Amino acid sequence: MAEKLTGQTIVFQNPPRIISHASVVGKDEGKGPYGKSFDLVYDNAKCGKASWEKAEKKMVSDAIELAMGKGSLAANNIDLLIGGDLLNQIITANFLARDLDIPFLGVYGACATLVEGMALGAALLDGGFADCTLIFASSHYQTAERQYRTPLEYGAQYPPYKQWTVTGAGAYTLGWLGGEVQLTQATFGSVIDLGVNDPNDMGSAMAPAAADTIIQHFIDLQRGPQDYDLILSGDLGEVGKSLLIELLLEKNLSVKKKLQDCGALIFKGLKGYGAGGSGVGATATMLGSMLIPRLVSGELKRVLLVGTGALLSPVTVKQNESIPCIAHALTVEKIPGG
Amino acid sequence: MKNINKTSDQYKKIVSKKQPPITKARNIINAFLVGGLTCIIGQGLWELYILLNLSKDNAGTLSTLTLIFLASLLTGLGYYDELGQFAGAGSIVPVTGFANAMVAPALEYKQEGLIMGLGANLFSVAGPVLTYGMVSAFVIGVLIEVFGG
Amino acid sequence: MGNYWTAFLVGGFICALGQVFLDNTKYTPAHLLVGLVVFGSVLTGLGWYEPLIEFSGAGVTVPVSNFGYILTKGVMEAAKKDGLLGLFKGVLEIASAGVSGSVIIAFFVAILFNPKC
Repeated sequence: MAEKLTGQTIVFQNPPRIISHASVVGKDEGKGPYGKSFDLVYDNAKCGKASWEKAEKKMVSDAIELAMGKGSLAANNIDLLIGGDLLNQIITANFLARDLDIPFLGVYGACATLVEGMALGAALLDGGFADCTLIFASSHYQTAERQYRTPLEYGAQYPPYKQWTVTGAGAYTLGWLGGEVQLTQATFGSVIDLGVNDPNDMGSAMAPAAADTIIQHFIDLQRGPQDYDLILSGDLGEVGKSLLIELLLEKNLSVKKKLQDCGALIFKGLKGYGAGGSGVGATATMLGSMLIPRLVSGELKRVLLVGTGALLSPVTVKQNESIPCIAHALTVEKIPGG
Repeated sequence: MKNINKTSDQYKKIVSKKQPPITKARNIINAFLVGGLTCIIGQGLWELYILLNLSKDNAGTLSTLTLIFLASLLTGLGYYDELGQFAGAGSIVPVTGFANAMVAPALEYKQEGLIMGLGANLFSVAGPVLTYGMVSAFVIGVLIEVFGG
Repeated sequence: MGNYWTAFLVGGFICALGQVFLDNTKYTPAHLLVGLVVFGSVLTGLGWYEPLIEFSGAGVTVPVSNFGYILTKGVMEAAKKDGLLGLFKGVLEIASAGVSGSVIIAFFVAILFNPKC
């Protein structure tokens, strides 16, 4: 049975394992440096469906099917489904759950949704309330862009620090048997807003939330950057990443050599993606296709995964509100001897 | 926010230091060139239609319509947004930008149907322009009636 | 009605001003278009737009400010003829071709094409 929160951190007494996982991405992500690591790359943003929203749902459904297949799991093995996406009323997750006969919790933490879901799923396991949970999250360039910004073919000029929503979905099953990595601690962040109100610059808006959660994680566990082989943030992009380094340095935490960012990595080397990728799809796909393989190979032993979310809505942007942000952290470790 | 003791102003200063700068000088030159060239095409069409025996006014209207057609077509083919990345205001300020602002949302929302999707969103960006254009024309007309006449 | 040089220079200058506006404020292109139309309308009311057309031709008829010009010119001419009613009748008098044309063309293009994936 887990202990009560220390500060904002849960320490799992029986660390749940990631049994199986799958990640699927769009065409552009497939051209990036990790293109070959993803389980499935679609060559068209519509994935053969009539609308982009239906395409996003198809991606999630494929990811879930692949993850369940890899873990040899059937629907009746899964106690609970936890998932979300970036669209209003999390329609991708809700409409997908309609097709599955599994109890479902819809969660929204913008681009922190995956880490939020994983932490909840792990807590339910460790608490003894479930034996197997399936967590998923997705984002899609076309669906997100038209909800949050302008129509695709509209000729507005982007600033050089704009981030590009990743088209991708990831699904992860948590349980007790199998798998080679486990989740050992989770830190839940509080909502932070330092007044950034430019919807094209979400990396800058989210960096303080990431810094706050990372500092809190270190305080709660009396740890520091030296205790981790890698700190992997969600979708801060290049600009947000350099801001996070600076904010932590002010607290005498030097993470420059240890910090990487899913959003900045996924399009690395490709031209025309501004400060990198954004969207929960970045974390949801890179965790499975980049981080877990590196843990399994033994290159990394303990990693702090920090999901970052900008909790804006198109309405609040028009009303000139600044962007509240959140970050949740999850320690992912290679199972000793496993 | 207990771990980050910073005011919004202090943070914004760090942000502006870390953001890659907008290349303002280059943007202005690009906007000037593309906008200027669009006007040259407009001028050329205008003079061409006058040569074809249209009245000066009709030739002007037809050259505007031609530009609207070309910009709409480029939007449909998916090139206008790329031009916009290069030209900035140079492809927004001319009437071609207005045409792009009508076609782009209409294309995008076609998925939601021809009436509430395409039909309604044709005016999502262009609507404010029409509204304020008509209202300001009316107000100026009233002012002239009252004071000038 | 101007020549190629004046059209290029004046049209380019208006676009450059628009770029300065976009790069130095948080306003969107929609704000810029609305601003230009109102600007064109005011210049027309002051009687300055026609001399500008004489000088720079397409340099001021291609930018969206021209839309403000034709709307306002329509109102002013109709008001002379029909008085108060003209204030309403005149709005689309001259602008009709441009407004109807862009709606009709935009409609058919949107029907024929799809956004690229």
